[in-house]
Amino acid sequence: MTDTLRTPLYDLHVELGAKIVPFAGYDMPLQYEGIMAEHNHTRDAAGLFDVSHMGQAHYTGDEAALEKLITADLSALAPGEQRYTLLLNDQGGIMDDLMVSRPFGDDGLFLVVNAAMKANDFAHIEAKTGGPLNVIEDRALVALQGPQAADVFSAMVPGAGDLVFMQCGVFELDGVEIYVSRSGYTGEDGYEISIPAGQAEAIVRKLLSDGRVKPIGLGARDSLRLEAGLCLYGHDMDETKTPAEATLMWAVAKPRRERMDFPGAARVMQMFADKPARKRVGFVMDGAPAREGAEIIKDGKTVGVVTSGGFGPTVGGPVGMAYVDTGLAVPDTEIEILLRGKARPARIAKMPFVEQRYYRGN
Amino acid sequence: MSVKFTKDHEWVKVEGDEATVGITAYAAEQLGDVVFVELPEVGASFGQGDEMAVVESVKAASEVYAPVSGEVTAVNGDLEGEPQKVNESPDGAGWFVKLKLSDKSQLDALMDEAAYKAHIS
Repeated sequence: MTDTLRTPLYDLHVELGAKIVPFAGYDMPLQYEGIMAEHNHTRDAAGLFDVSHMGQAHYTGDEAALEKLITADLSALAPGEQRYTLLLNDQGGIMDDLMVSRPFGDDGLFLVVNAAMKANDFAHIEAKTGGPLNVIEDRALVALQGPQAADVFSAMVPGAGDLVFMQCGVFELDGVEIYVSRSGYTGEDGYEISIPAGQAEAIVRKLLSDGRVKPIGLGARDSLRLEAGLCLYGHDMDETKTPAEATLMWAVAKPRRERMDFPGAARVMQMFADKPARKRVGFVMDGAPAREGAEIIKDGKTVGVVTSGGFGPTVGGPVGMAYVDTGLAVPDTEIEILLRGKARPARIAKMPFVEQRYYRGN
Repeated sequence: MSVKFTKDHEWVKVEGDEATVGITAYAAEQLGDVVFVELPEVGASFGQGDEMAVVESVKAASEVYAPVSGEVTAVNGDLEGEPQKVNESPDGAGWFVKLKLSDKSQLDALMDEAAYKAHIS
């Protein structure tokens, strides 16, 4: 038996009536009042997510060495800015996706990586760069997401309302030092907030004391990110996929493409130029939602596989992501998906399924 | 009229030779928000324990098994447009199918309400 870990907010989740499930080695809240209600509340007001299972680290080593492992242009990352980037292996396969930011002025970089990959990522970064990489074990991470998140948060944290999408900084809430970025994983405006573990529960209680904020579990986190067209590592991308196949070339900074100096650049740029054989697309359908692993059929032949799928509460129907033969990766292309032995009609659709509502300033 | 339960959380309400089948409140609660129900065709026959319907929640797909053998005489068409009835009224408006029983003795092996309550507690 392996012991599952608990985040600093575990007791609060239980008190709030969460259904707890093991996820990436942690006991995490799947849902509180129900996935559909939580999903809709996040789209309509504001939702509070515990994402403390994710890996946080402070990197103060050589930035050129770190840059060699990822796809961002760190020299263009100014203090107070954040980027979405990819950690690639030597063949250009995606080892993880992560957020890199500069909230501490000129004192290094703040990294946030996926829970399931954190041990692997940090060991890889440390081995390849020589560090120093300080893994942050004593801070919780929460996300406050939704159209009312900024109103709620900026009333408690002066200055937080001035951040725009993908900006970050160090702020204070009730005298507690918090690292804040204006970003998230729902397609909505909002913040991700790193809080010292000892003060995390008090601060989350304060956020929840605003009637517009409700706690949201992992179930709605998944349906929200899927509707927003955001990839889930280990499902919509992994080491067998390159950014060209995952349609994530936008996360490969232009100067890095021009210099061809990101991991696996020769292979990835060739694949991008020639068009990869398969690529990631969105799809919609009626009836039962296709789930991960379902086969995609066109004219009787297998042409792809579903990597994420489920019901989209805001869309009001099934949505998903899949890898398909690139020739079929055109919106409105009719396909079939094999569900319990029966071929069901579906069609390729543009992502995001629900318009992203990030705050980019006035 | 009697109501019996399976260990897979179906209920079966028997009136004469006909049985109405649905999933229990406990099962509906565990599934969470139901978003789609796939029902069999009227006239289809199932053996006891055969997969008869599929219920999709926002979380996952789950099979519904025939609690007893029989032929489908009616399905709850309302669930097509309003699958949430399974959550709102699992033992009423959220019923799935009606079966013409082919072997009433199969009912004897199912649980009564007290036994089912013990099963889920």
